[in-house]
Amino acid sequence: MAKLAAVTGVGMTSRFRARVKESIAGLVREAALNALQDAGCTWADIDAVIIGKAPDMFEGHLMPELYLADALGAVGKPMLRVHTAGSVGGSTAIVAASHVQSGQFNRVLTVAYEKQSESNAMWALSSKQPFSPHFNAGAGGFFAPIIREYMRRSGAPLDVGCHVAVKDRKHALLNPHAHLQEEPNLEAYMQSPMLWDPIRFSEVCPSSDGAVAMVISNEELAKKSPNKPAWIAATSMRSEPTMYAWREEVNPEAGRLCAQDVYKQAGITNPLKEIDCAEIYVPFSWYEPMWLENLGFAEEGQGWKLTMDGTTSNIDGGACPWNMSGGVLSSNPIGASGMIRFAEAALQVRGMADKRQVEGAKTALGHAYGGGAQFFSMWIVKAEKP
Amino acid sequence: MRDIAIISYAQTPQVRDAGAQNDIEMVMDVAHQAMGDVGFTIDDIDFICSGSCDYLGGAAFAFVNAVDGLGLVPPKKESHVEMDAAFALYEAWLKMQAGECDTALIYGFGKSSHSEMRFIPTLQLDPYYYTPLWPDSISLAALQARAVLDSGKYTEADFAQVVANSRKNAKNNPNAQLEGDVSVADVLAEEMLVAPLRRSDCCPISDGASAVVMVTREVAEKLIAEGKITGAAYISGIDHRIDAHGLGVRDLTTSESTRIAAEKAGVHKGKVDIAELYAPFSHQELIVRDALGLTKDTQINLSGGTLAGHVFMAHGLDRLGEVAKRIIAGEASRGVAHASSGPCLQQNLVAVLEA
Repeated sequence: MAKLAAVTGVGMTSRFRARVKESIAGLVREAALNALQDAGCTWADIDAVIIGKAPDMFEGHLMPELYLADALGAVGKPMLRVHTAGSVGGSTAIVAASHVQSGQFNRVLTVAYEKQSESNAMWALSSKQPFSPHFNAGAGGFFAPIIREYMRRSGAPLDVGCHVAVKDRKHALLNPHAHLQEEPNLEAYMQSPMLWDPIRFSEVCPSSDGAVAMVISNEELAKKSPNKPAWIAATSMRSEPTMYAWREEVNPEAGRLCAQDVYKQAGITNPLKEIDCAEIYVPFSWYEPMWLENLGFAEEGQGWKLTMDGTTSNIDGGACPWNMSGGVLSSNPIGASGMIRFAEAALQVRGMADKRQVEGAKTALGHAYGGGAQFFSMWIVKAEKP
Repeated sequence: MRDIAIISYAQTPQVRDAGAQNDIEMVMDVAHQAMGDVGFTIDDIDFICSGSCDYLGGAAFAFVNAVDGLGLVPPKKESHVEMDAAFALYEAWLKMQAGECDTALIYGFGKSSHSEMRFIPTLQLDPYYYTPLWPDSISLAALQARAVLDSGKYTEADFAQVVANSRKNAKNNPNAQLEGDVSVADVLAEEMLVAPLRRSDCCPISDGASAVVMVTREVAEKLIAEGKITGAAYISGIDHRIDAHGLGVRDLTTSESTRIAAEKAGVHKGKVDIAELYAPFSHQELIVRDALGLTKDTQINLSGGTLAGHVFMAHGLDRLGEVAKRIIAGEASRGVAHASSGPCLQQNLVAVLEA
């Protein structure tokens, strides 16, 4: 019943580092203009604007869509603001896709951003909800025990996390947008300070500023677009509670169901073989092996082996590279991070990923998660029309 | 286009301070009532979408606890907008149009008593040029009211008449926070709060939540055949638009975004029996009424509207719910619901509901 939709334009801000001298409006407009240029269209060609970002407290700015309506050419048009925790960038792309898939819109602009230099995200995440227990832990403190449990269950070598970080930071050297641009060193990474045991400083995403935008078009317009479209073959979202007695926190059911849903829509039975590359939300290094299992690329307890044998490395010519862009570990404008995954997946199947291109990529997975690893959004994009 | 209908609506009483009852408890009350009224449990819901605001509780992720409260085990398709829940309903409507779901639960909640409500909307302004001046929401509305008076379209007595109508209509609404017999003279006798607005020209601050169940025609007809519901309010048109943010670059005495949304939603395609308008200040009801092109034939805000109770983040959904409720009950055959967000009615949603 859903109409076909495709990504016809992708735009990002230049290197995702602190942009203290620029306004939030300037940041989102830069990404939007780049996406419009890629799509060969202007503001007038856009039917609606769908914007996403993580909590308003990260910039201390409530409902920013109101202020950004002018900068994003939305005046007189529909504008919707999505917020689903860390998965928001992915969810926003999916809501934007729904606009076109519903048949109600021909071409929409979607934008996600975060300007972390405006605040301290860890403390913005640590304030107390009225009537609720106070964690005061930030994201790292929340995920550390879950990672420890994965290490215990899988018996993975203790250096797997640092191997992931080294791999992603090497990837980042090929991506001009990446925030961290440093030649990584495994030994130094293993010696870096312990922040939230077992998570070391070297295994944590940075705090970044950045915006990403996509133009999503219907089939007719996609066929006419100047650059190759990325066809949206599958989208899905799943949510589960933060806490319940039998919750599987290491391998969340919501993630498994979400993956099953997109594979079914895209006709994929063996993701490791049939997906050419993936951009997966890995803000703490150990989440690569954990998500390899959660997403069905490896059996439970075996995910770390794909990291260690180079399967997920683009530079080593791995069979299924993950996070060719350098991933969240190299750039984390939080609200944008999920959409950057989705946009990077689109660039890969369009053959437009420059030095980080996976040769011959035809099918790519974009993934984002948020909250206490409880909100998931995923899409599969293809080079060929489904 | 698929035919989609609201089949149930639940609302907590709108109160100044819900005390120890937290926002999630309020959501549970209305979500389970809205589902229970049509014989649903959470297992019958394909998609959940909500609207809330982190700044009311003063902490990030207000919506996460609601997901916990609903107990989404096994996990479900769920989304959230940091907007009024009327926009969450719009997202669910799109998902239904795309064929991704047939049933949806939409809810919005706001416990404003935690916060200094007058200054919360200040944070939604341009963060570089406006917010540092700390203009509060009432002062911004007063600027707009002054522009309306200066235009000669309406007088302070016209504003007061809106208040009198709201209080009178609210007498029939057990969930209303403010109701009673108030005359135009009574309102005009009040001192100015922020000139030209008097206290009664401004909406109250309310705690509360509301929820709606929305389904496709196929589901609605099945439920009618099974005797689980008596009627449904079909959304024949829904659209939303945004105006420029800068107060100096738009005509504050009109609402262009409301006018466009009304045209796209097809307000003028038939007689409008009832309308529920999101107007937190009396003069805004007049602006919205005119932008929608409503005439004397339309009964406006039978619930009392925003001046009788204003749950920030749920109030736009309430407008849809109030219209749907009356259509389902057979009290009206066609109605218009309006929701708004932003300073001086910057963003507006318009829906047309029919029997």
